[in-house]
Amino acid sequence: MTAFGALAASSLDLLAYAPPGWGATLLAGLRNSVLIAFGAFGLGLAIGIGGAFGKLYGGPITRDLLAVYTTIVRAVPELVLILFLYYAVTGAVNEALLLWGYERIQISGVAAGIAVLGVVQGAYATEVLRGAILAVPVGQIEAARAMGMPPVLLAWRIVFPLMLANAIPGLANLWLVATKDTALLGVVGFAELTKATQQAASTTKAFFTFLTAAGLLYLALSLLSTVVFHRIEAWARKGQKRTGG
Amino acid sequence: MKKIALAAALALSFGSAALAQQVKVGIAAEPYPPFAAPDASGAYTGWEVDIIGAVCKAAALDCAITPVAWDGIIPALTSGQIDMIMASMSITDERLKTIDFSDKYYNTPTVIVGAKGVQMDATPESLAGKIIGVQVSTIHEAYVQKYFAAGAAEVKTYQTQDEANQDLAAGRIDATQADSVAEQAFLDSEAGKACCEIKGTVADDAEILGKGVGAGLRKGEDELKGKINAAIKQIREDGTYDAITAKYFAMSIYGN
Amino acid sequence: MRDWLQPHRVVLIGLAVALVLACAWFLRWDWLAEPKYQLLIVQGIWRTLWILVVTMVIGMLLAVPLGLAQAAGPWYLAAPARAFCSVIRGTPLLLQLWLLYYGLGSLFPSIPGLRESVLWPYLRQAWPYAVVALSLSVAGYEGEVMRGAFKGVPHGQLEAAKAMGMPRFTMFRRIWLPQALHRVLPTLGGETVLQLKATPLVSTITIMDTYAVAGRIRQDTFIVYEPLLMLAVVYMAITGLIVLMFRWFESRFPSKSA
Repeated sequence: MTAFGALAASSLDLLAYAPPGWGATLLAGLRNSVLIAFGAFGLGLAIGIGGAFGKLYGGPITRDLLAVYTTIVRAVPELVLILFLYYAVTGAVNEALLLWGYERIQISGVAAGIAVLGVVQGAYATEVLRGAILAVPVGQIEAARAMGMPPVLLAWRIVFPLMLANAIPGLANLWLVATKDTALLGVVGFAELTKATQQAASTTKAFFTFLTAAGLLYLALSLLSTVVFHRIEAWARKGQKRTGG
Repeated sequence: MKKIALAAALALSFGSAALAQQVKVGIAAEPYPPFAAPDASGAYTGWEVDIIGAVCKAAALDCAITPVAWDGIIPALTSGQIDMIMASMSITDERLKTIDFSDKYYNTPTVIVGAKGVQMDATPESLAGKIIGVQVSTIHEAYVQKYFAAGAAEVKTYQTQDEANQDLAAGRIDATQADSVAEQAFLDSEAGKACCEIKGTVADDAEILGKGVGAGLRKGEDELKGKINAAIKQIREDGTYDAITAKYFAMSIYGN
Repeated sequence: MRDWLQPHRVVLIGLAVALVLACAWFLRWDWLAEPKYQLLIVQGIWRTLWILVVTMVIGMLLAVPLGLAQAAGPWYLAAPARAFCSVIRGTPLLLQLWLLYYGLGSLFPSIPGLRESVLWPYLRQAWPYAVVALSLSVAGYEGEVMRGAFKGVPHGQLEAAKAMGMPRFTMFRRIWLPQALHRVLPTLGGETVLQLKATPLVSTITIMDTYAVAGRIRQDTFIVYEPLLMLAVVYMAITGLIVLMFRWFESRFPSKSA
């Protein structure tokens, strides 16, 4: 029992906020993870909106190219995609800059992480949004058109709110995937929570302590996110008929 | 909210662009005490970090220490993310095909570390049938693959030497090969003292183990190479090198 | 077939073939010819495949009771099942893997007599940890899916069976479980693909799967992109096989809803 007590006490020491405790490092890593997830989710959403519209209303070439994009991203493991995109994107950007006579730039870890994860998230977001738009009851759109509603107002007042309600579960899932995929960025060397955990554990040899602490932090993040998204979904579904019976 | 995040991301990337005149010195993000390891506040400290500071000062360069994942550090150099590698990287012919090196700034022997009480030395015969662990993408991995892999029961590769040491302490591997100084840091720790000891120095193979540790540079950067070489020479002559070494080690690690 | 012969498709396919040929011609593929790398690649693919199959099977076997407990169980079974699924789905798989391998490993020196025990050969190697972690991960995610599936079976059928006096286990075996499995079959293929994409993480605990082999080739030869391209092609091929297999599976069990 005393061994366990000693372990618990030393664990709390290691996790203390101020150095030599590693608590602050872990929290900074968590902040980075959340920042990257946020940016990637946002970028993915932007790509997804364009992709969904392209797949639904675009020409045949657009649709095929988007199909290739989503298929490749969904078939290849994120770790491979992250490695490839990181070297390819930063290499291409630097080559282009050199070609035009500028100096190479250092793309910061957070920016690169957002770009890479955003591209991956974009493919999934395309599918989620496309499904959500398709699930909007056609009857409502037809009725609005029959009333003479202009297309932009139609999109804003009818399609968008209904689509949002349908999309939120899928988007909530995507957000959770984004927060967990930041751990993969740590494997490639970005500074975020998993990387910070690995460094802390490697330096102090207290693997169990730090991995558990990191797990609890991720769990807290995902539970909080789930609660927030439930609220958002309830707000989005205000006034809609409850399905099922 | 998205807009703010996007703007922040852009600002971060452009903000770094404004500092592009610095020399970015890449070090391994993975801890490698006593050469370079992060402390709880995230700052890297160690002998190599101090040497980087001294070399940059002597060469009048504005250096920024940039941690990069070890197994991506050479591509990071060749693609321009960093300008120099000073991460205990040995000068080997294989690496010279892709990048250039400065003169060496230290050279320490390579040892086999194994569990206490087990009869073992650094020869292929003695390591036959054992499970050997190495850090991925190092000269040690290349050496083990060449000399010990044929007879060994298994060769396991780890992302960091710390993880290999951890598995050695846990008993999952029988031996690991690594730099003697780095391993000494492990053996001085509690876990190391309890479990393991140095079994012997491996036979030298200059082609694989290299001719010491040097600063990695892109091919063609002769001006930077000249400055670094001059700086290394200067700090060795004016005593800075020895002063820094004395802080961490009992004797010189420059080697021959 | 007509679909593929439309002019824009023909042009795109032509461009794709040209791209593949250009890659084959201009990039460095000499490492593929070396027998030691060929052997490593085959071994790596084998490891990826068997880990995928074994963990999917064990995970699904665990997922059924987990889903059932949440859908119909008493609170003392449903709550732990729910908690388990939440924890698994709320933390990264990488962390779960590391916790099992390095976290438990760091406790080994303090357990006396461990090295003489029967378990030691298994605790020494990395694959048991990978199998356990990935199986638990599958169980966590699929448990959630099975919960939805069990809840989605029309309640009327279960009530009718109860009214007929059918014993509970027979009702479960004959009506509830088959229909629930039938509901998840379309998504099972997608879930298997997601599991496949999770397998590269085992390379961080010393298992030489496909990803680790590509990493080794990259480090030996310092080539940056080509092994990654090969890796992408291998995973896409395996994904294609999985999708085709599940499509064939689905065609064998035609969908007949009540």
